[in-house]
Parts: sequence; C-alpha cells; structure tokens
Amino acid sequence: MKVMPCPLNGPRNISEFACGGEVAEMPEPGRTGDEDWADFIWMSNNTAGVVREWWCHVPTNYWFIAERNTVSDEILKTYPADEVFTARREFQGRDEGS
Amino acid sequence: MPWGLLKYGLGRRYPAGPDFPARPEFKPRYDVVIIGGGGHGLATAYYLARDWGITNVCVLEKGYLAGGNTARNTAVIRSNYITPESVRFYKESVDLFNDLSGELGYNILYSQRGQLTLAHSDATVRTFRMRAEVGKLVGTRIEMVDRRQIREIVPCLNMDENARQPILAGLWHRDGATGRHDAVAWGYAARAAEYGVELHQRTEVTGLEVERGRIAAVETNRGRVRGGHVIQAVAGMSSVVAAMAGIRLPIRSYPLQAMVTQPVKPFLDPLVSSSGLHTYVSQSSRGELVIGGGSDPYELYSTRATLELKESLIAHTLELFPFLANLRLMRQWAGITDMTPDYSPIMGESPVRNYWLDAGWGTWGFKATPVSGKRMAETIAREQVPEILRPFRLDRFKTFDLANEMGATAASH
Repeated sequence: MKVMPCPLNGPRNISEFACGGEVAEMPEPGRTGDEDWADFIWMSNNTAGVVREWWCHVPTNYWFIAERNTVSDEILKTYPADEVFTARREFQGRDEGS
Repeated sequence: MPWGLLKYGLGRRYPAGPDFPARPEFKPRYDVVIIGGGGHGLATAYYLARDWGITNVCVLEKGYLAGGNTARNTAVIRSNYITPESVRFYKESVDLFNDLSGELGYNILYSQRGQLTLAHSDATVRTFRMRAEVGKLVGTRIEMVDRRQIREIVPCLNMDENARQPILAGLWHRDGATGRHDAVAWGYAARAAEYGVELHQRTEVTGLEVERGRIAAVETNRGRVRGGHVIQAVAGMSSVVAAMAGIRLPIRSYPLQAMVTQPVKPFLDPLVSSSGLHTYVSQSSRGELVIGGGSDPYELYSTRATLELKESLIAHTLELFPFLANLRLMRQWAGITDMTPDYSPIMGESPVRNYWLDAGWGTWGFKATPVSGKRMAETIAREQVPEILRPFRLDRFKTFDLANEMGATAASH
C-alpha cells in the first residue's frame, strides 16, 4: 500500500488518511459577494502537476499539509500546517455599512 | 455459411477498406473544431453533419480515436436517475442507442437486458421509490421489486439475510442496456468521415487563443488551426484544456478502477449494481464479468492500479456472487473521472464566446454519448443551448441551482 509520511505519526498506510482538498485562502464571508463565494466553494484548479493539499490522519484527527504530484502519484513533502499558517486569522462579521 | 465465409475471405472484397480516411493536412479554417476524438466528440461531429449540414469540421485527438475514457468505461446504458431533468436527458440517450446500430450501419452490440440496482438500507429503499416514480413520470421503464422478484430476475444472487449487507429491495430498470463502447465511437467516426469531417489523430492541443473574450484559434503540436466554434469533449482532461482558455471548472479528477474476469458460460443477463457495496457487475457478450466500482479516494491524473481498491471491489462483488471466488482476473485498468459537485455534467456555454463545454462527465459519460453529441451539435449550430441541456449549464454553480445525482450513480463515490 502507498505510504504517507505523517508529520505527527511517521509513515502510515494511505488508507488511514483523508484528503481535504487544495490549500486555498478563504475569502471573508461577510464581505464576499455571492458569485465570489460560489467560486470559492465549487471551483477547483484541479492541477495536473504539483499541488499543496490539506490531509488528515483520521485515527488521530491530525490535519497537516502535503505536497504531491497528481500526475505521477508521488508525495513530495509533508509538514505541519503551522509552517504556512503562522498567525490566527480573525474573520469579520457582515459589514453592515456596505 | 462456412463456405460463404471462406469465399469472402479469399475474395476480392476482403480485406475490407479502412473505416476512416488517412489524416489530412490542416485547412486554414474550420466552421467547428472539436477537441477530443472520443465518443462525445465524434458523435457531435456526426450530428453536426447529419442534422445541420455543417461538414467543415475537424476532430482533434491527441492519441487514437476512442482511446481515452471511451475505451475505459464499463459500458452501462441506463436512465434511472433521480431528478426529472436528468431522467429526461438520459432517456433521450437510451432512445438513440436503441436504433444506433441500424442508423450508423455499424454493429455496436447493443444488448438491452435491464439493470437491477440493489438496496441494503432503508435510506436507499426510499430513494429507489423516488427514482421509480420520477422515472415513470418521465416515461422510462422502471419499478421497485421485492426480494422474491429479485430472485426471479437474478436467481444466482446471494439473498442470504445474514449477509453483512443483506439485500432489502431492488430497482428494476428494463431500459438498462450495454453495448460495445469502441464501436459506438467508431461508428460515429466512420459516418462523420463520410460526410467530410476530418479526423486528426495524434494531434494534441497545446494552447487556446482567446481574443476579446472570443475563441480565435487552437494551437496543436502540428500547427495552429482556426475555428468559428470550438468545443472541448475531453473527459479526464477537462480542467487542463479549459485552463488553456482561462476557464476554471468545478471539477476534481479521480481515477476509477475496473476489471474483467476470464470468460465463463452466460449466467448473468441483467446488469447488477449496488451503491451500498460500491460495485456493479455485468457479463459481456464474450462471457467475461465486467466489474467496476467507485472512484479512488484522492484526486489523481494517473491510471495506475492499487491492490487495496481491487481487494475491496472483489470482496464486495463476492458478497453478491460468492460462487465467483475461484474466477481469475484477466485485465484491469483505470480511467480518469471528472467529478462535479452534483454528479451531473457541464454542457453548453463557457465564459469564452464560441467556446463550448462538454465536460464533467465523471462516471456517467458513455451512456450519454448519443444525446450529448446530438444536443451539443444543436447548441453549436443554433448558437443557443436547448432546453434539455439548460439544467447542466456551468452557471448553475453561480446560482446554487444544482442537479444532484449523487445517490443515483451506479456506485456512490
């Protein structure tokens, strides 16, 4: 079976993991129009090549980031999410003024 | 008959000529450029010529005709979906399939044997009732069947009540059928070529030129070609080709693995599927059992095989037919399925003018080959999307007006 190197648990069978989709910046919900929000929800780059994705080791519920090649099915790199997300992001409520 | 065959074999009429003309050089301009020489693209070419007299058409295929997902699907033809919009659409396809061998003068080995879908949970039974009623409303042959009727339809099914997932009820769809997938594409290609459509195999699209929001030209590894209209019908590569025109699609691509066993005597007439067990099984006219399952668990453009998916697929199939345990597998393969969020296709306009989409065909593309070809040809010829395709427009995602068919795919994914 394919092995995923988990930053927390070490190398584990890939059947223990769930893919959470490409890392994408979430727009501010309160300040985003319907069309942009729909775009964020539905659209996908669906890249044939190297992608950066959220993955979860299900038994430990540990989320991390993996870089892999979607053409060759190689996992290139995995690392904890705090290497990318260094600060907490606060979302504003709906902006009543606009 | 053997003498007739021998005479034919030794006679001057044999070997017969090739079905398709040799690849010509590009003309400077075509009325319609079709990207993708699979079933959908070739059917579009055929109906453009037959219904609308548009024959200045070229089909671009990066490999060989029908060598992509047209060759990789499990050849299930059915219309037992859940939304009236989908049932109407797929019913038109089944109707076209009925007459296709005669119309094309090409034997597609069409075999209408009915499809039996199995429910292992009360939730599935409820959706079966809905699918049966919607199907009857639209005019397809579909009904709920109980355990006794299931035994009559497929006597060899494992009806053990102590099975891990016992069979509770079934959805019996008499219109369900199978056919030879390659022959469908070849038949369309041969007749389209007779009308003058050019088939350009080993011609890979490398770029799309858009000028002022309108498609201008298609770049290929054999040079540039201009087209009044361009349509992409490239299942498995929809996002990649659309991106060349700057279009993003709500598609995620996953491999789907399938396999066939060694041939055995005919014992299984209908096509049998179970979304609870993620498997569908049919016996081909050669006697092989064709087994398909759900898509792989993560996005990928590689058609590699994995043992774990094969093991689970086989385990589930053996729950339905335990006596198959000693059969050997002959071949296995994978196709790339372009999955959409609502398990329905994306057809019609794109954000680029005169650039048309026939995409998002996930695991349901083969059965729609005739209708998508016919209706996409109509769309291009009239520059207007017909009513029957409106539910599948790309814009439905902007308005959250989805056509959800997740529960009605043969094996939920």
